[in-house]
Amino acid sequence: MSSANSLATPTWRGDLDDRVGKYLGRSHRSLKLVRGRETVIYAILIASGLFSLLITGAIIYVLAIETVSFFKSDEVTFANFFGSTTWNPLLGGTKSFGIWALICGTMLVTAIAMSIALPLGLITAIYLSEYAPRGVRNVLKPVLEVLAGVPTVVYGFFALMTITPILQWLHSGFSVYNAASAGIAVGILCLPTVCSLAEDALQAVPRGLREGAYGLGATRFDVSVKVVVPAALSGIISAFLLAIARAVGETMIVALAAGSLAQATLDPRQQVQTMTGFMVQMASGDVSNYGTEYYSMYAVAFTLFVMTLALTMVGNLVRRRFREAYE
Amino acid sequence: MNRRDPIKTQVRAGIDNDPEGPLASIQLLSGEPRRKLDARFRGLCVTIAAVSVLVLIGLLASILLQGVPSLSLTLLTGGPEPDPSEAGIRPAILGTLWVCSLCALFTLPIGVATAILLEEFQPRNRYGRFIYSVIQLNISNLAGVPSVVYGLLGLTAFVSMFGLFGSRTSQGGGLEIGIRYYDQFFSEGMRSILIPVSDPSRPVSEPVDGMQGIDTSGNPVTLKVISVGEALPTGDALQYTLFDDAEAGRITKKAWYHFSLPLGRGVLTGALTLMLVILPVIIISSQEALRAVPSSLRDGALGLGSTPWQVVWHVTLPSAMPGILTGAILAMSRAIGETAPILIIAGIVYISRAPQNLMDDFTVMPLQIFNWISRPQEEFHSIAAAGILLLLGILLSFNALAVLIRQKLHKPLS
Repeated sequence: MSSANSLATPTWRGDLDDRVGKYLGRSHRSLKLVRGRETVIYAILIASGLFSLLITGAIIYVLAIETVSFFKSDEVTFANFFGSTTWNPLLGGTKSFGIWALICGTMLVTAIAMSIALPLGLITAIYLSEYAPRGVRNVLKPVLEVLAGVPTVVYGFFALMTITPILQWLHSGFSVYNAASAGIAVGILCLPTVCSLAEDALQAVPRGLREGAYGLGATRFDVSVKVVVPAALSGIISAFLLAIARAVGETMIVALAAGSLAQATLDPRQQVQTMTGFMVQMASGDVSNYGTEYYSMYAVAFTLFVMTLALTMVGNLVRRRFREAYE
Repeated sequence: MNRRDPIKTQVRAGIDNDPEGPLASIQLLSGEPRRKLDARFRGLCVTIAAVSVLVLIGLLASILLQGVPSLSLTLLTGGPEPDPSEAGIRPAILGTLWVCSLCALFTLPIGVATAILLEEFQPRNRYGRFIYSVIQLNISNLAGVPSVVYGLLGLTAFVSMFGLFGSRTSQGGGLEIGIRYYDQFFSEGMRSILIPVSDPSRPVSEPVDGMQGIDTSGNPVTLKVISVGEALPTGDALQYTLFDDAEAGRITKKAWYHFSLPLGRGVLTGALTLMLVILPVIIISSQEALRAVPSSLRDGALGLGSTPWQVVWHVTLPSAMPGILTGAILAMSRAIGETAPILIIAGIVYISRAPQNLMDDFTVMPLQIFNWISRPQEEFHSIAAAGILLLLGILLSFNALAVLIRQKLHKPLS
């Protein structure tokens, strides 16, 4: 009875610590110590969590200060950068920094890539989610995973050594480096991304919707295209946006296969230079480290960063909203 | 089809024979056209799904066709020689090994810690919830940043460190440890003599009679300097004799622990830059692994009186380990294949040996492959294909390892 009394409501915190400590038989390792350890560990975890914010801050800071040094240069004006379609940073006398030439190249390659990756990726996703028997799934899923895991430099090789010769065989107008070849390779690269994100979205559609449609006598096609796809539309759009962001930021394929002549053209047979391609050209060449052309790399990277960040953010927001709708 | 389904046939007949007009539209909706459309769509799906398989086969076939004839032992043991028949990828393999192991060492603790924070430690108040959601949104956005941008971040933040420590040149500069500077003379007996230099910013030494130096095996020697036109001594003395117009070259010797600030274009910079690239990937996959641990395990541990960290360390983390490891291996295979950021920070340089210290110049496999592909000669393209085969072999074995871990270690927890 007296022992039960001693376990009654503790009068102060240390008292409880002591008693629990005695009960556990290790009074030397007080709860205070344990609490202290918890606090230290929590602080470490928070520090590593904040590290990712630090990275974003560092990216913005670095790109901003170097872009400012770019615009401070006498050779550069805002009007030239945002208003011209001539990108000619290396030739001494006639330097021109018109970002639209690079943006146009990027857009052309992205458009070609997306005209392949979006429809093929979505239809493959529908097939995997609604039609495919288990056996086909077991083949198709690993194939897509392998395609997603192949390094981009390998796709660059494939574009230059296989796709370009095929295109040249089909039509003699293709030059050795051309937008179409790079675009097709980027499309193949983005296909698994589109497919797996879109499939996730389709899988998240509640079973009840499908059952209801089947109950009304719908065919698989009706269920997939008229019920499941509209229900998963925001997830699919998010997948598309993330894939576009990936294509815009893709580097090694365009560096190898698209060429290094920055020109504002819509002809996929011509060579183009993308924003990322320009950065690779600068990094692999012997360009002096502190000239205007060096800083132009950062201005281009800033433009690229803003574009991809906007696409990813909208993509993630759309998907998040969609998730809430079905939880 | 209708014959096998009497009820349908009856309904069909009823609809067909109905004199009323509107029912005709029901027949349009319910009959063959929809089933045909379904079959056609299924056909389209199968075709398109087959396309992705064909693309993979085509990709592998084109690389195998070009690469297999060039696979040889030289490829594994040689350096990037200008002669295609002697070129190999050994320095790049060792570079990849260094950079990726260091990268894993940095990324895993930070990535897993962030995932634990976000999944296992619920925010305590409104501000906490806000910060958590900002971190979460930030991570998914970071995952979408093109890797080439991380390369530029690495170029400013690691290679030159914002110019905070001055710039590194062959004359020293910045903060350095584990490095010694020497002025190297070649004596008339064709022996290399090293004169230790205490202050690397001073100009290269002039030959002075009686100068103290060391020879290549580290023994102290005293130099004898004679003027041009004087007769050369004979025997051993010749080896320590210089003419007074001899010119020295500045060389450095770096210990294995050589370290300097700014970090320069070395292995450490490569690892840190790759860390930025794959950190979001590791965080997201670790979060998914932690989320898959059933909450009854946590509740049980908490009910036994564990503190939050004890729950994580003794219960959640061990259960989530297979998932975390799988994600980490897949992230590492991404790091191995990553080219653009390494190209931005390291540039294309001739590297003929493995990195010797954290600051040493390096190249990695995909970068060496890129270098070969961008050369005009056909022979290098074949070597590039052989290099790609090696790279793909490594990546595939990584993926196989991930699958194995997923299957062997993953026990159903609920």
